[in-house]
Amino acid sequence: MISIYDILLDRFGDEVIVGQNAEATDPWIEVAPASVTEVCEFLRDDERLRFDHLNDLTAIDHFEPDPAKRARFAFEPHLEIVYHLSSYETRLRAVLKARLPRWRNDKHGEPPALPTVSHLWPIADWHERECYDLLGVYFEGHPNLVRMMMPEDWQGHPLRKDYEWPEDYHGIRTQ
Amino acid sequence: MNPTPWIDGRFDENVITTSLEQTMNWARANACWPMTFGIACCAIEMMATGASKYDLERFGCGAFRSTPRQADLMIVAGTVTFKMASRIKRLYEQMPDPKYVIAMGACTIGGGPYFKYGYHVVKGVDLVVPVDVYVPGCPPRPEALLEGLMRLQDKIQSKRMTRGGQDVLPVPHHLGHVRLPEDALALELEFAGERQI
Ligand code: SF4
Repeated sequence: MISIYDILLDRFGDEVIVGQNAEATDPWIEVAPASVTEVCEFLRDDERLRFDHLNDLTAIDHFEPDPAKRARFAFEPHLEIVYHLSSYETRLRAVLKARLPRWRNDKHGEPPALPTVSHLWPIADWHERECYDLLGVYFEGHPNLVRMMMPEDWQGHPLRKDYEWPEDYHGIRTQ
Repeated sequence: MNPTPWIDGRFDENVITTSLEQTMNWARANACWPMTFGIACCAIEMMATGASKYDLERFGCGAFRSTPRQADLMIVAGTVTFKMASRIKRLYEQMPDPKYVIAMGACTIGGGPYFKYGYHVVKGVDLVVPVDVYVPGCPPRPEALLEGLMRLQDKIQSKRMTRGGQDVLPVPHHLGHVRLPEDALALELEFAGERQI
């Protein structure tokens, strides 16, 4: 059994491949967000790996909106982008994670950015649009990063833990 | 000789006298064409209502029109999202008067399962268009939709066109719950007695 982590570490070094968790049910590898595209391209094209399929791309918002419970919250507030990859050829699976701050420069409402992978796997196009729409992650280099689920003039990103509902939308009460 | 009036007995079988009001209401109520328009899971049940087993056409209301310009009735069957709300409003505005709306299912009545956490769902289609009849259920059975349709027909027929006329809605001739047949009721009582012993 080859170790994907070792191959990546060998190729990119520990600046880019930040860490791994081999014990988890789905063992994951943490990647520096700025290098996601290079790592993914390598994973897709390398002879030993050949990850030709992106199963899922989504994000997780680690945040506790209730101040009373925040002291017991196990995580630093941050945003995690998750890539589930698999290969039809080599039968391998891998999970990549990239850690981002919740907002760019800590300015509430400004989505943090990382490079797109939509040119590597075309399905990532829609996954990234959904991720941008609901969780507020900006994918640099995406060909058409507009909202997908919500109306185009919607404010905010509803799956963020501290999302505040608007009072009304074009005169329709929302609550 | 006593001449009988010339009209006497000539139209016995053929002439019906009625009022314009009655004719109009009868025509409207029995040719209430719905729009082909389903948004979510409830629409499947609406299709079942239109299909052969339940057959909406029995009541003259089965001709689903594919354009709002030919439709009298909008059955809003499904979850109304904010993205859909403006489209629903536009469709409603394209329908010719008189037009009616049935809100079918918990979602269209008040958000349903999405009431608390559904950031994308309008909490009731009556915030967007006026509703005539509400049919609760998730999804309502086809019988329930038929019942809703008949209540709508009642409503149409109660319309008064004469000046000073008052619309009076008829009360449905039965309540919403099912009464047990007599012998089943008797059996129930018997069992209840045994349990106490
Ligand atoms: S009321 Fe239930 S069945 Fe109807 S659209 Fe909503 S969730 Fe679906």
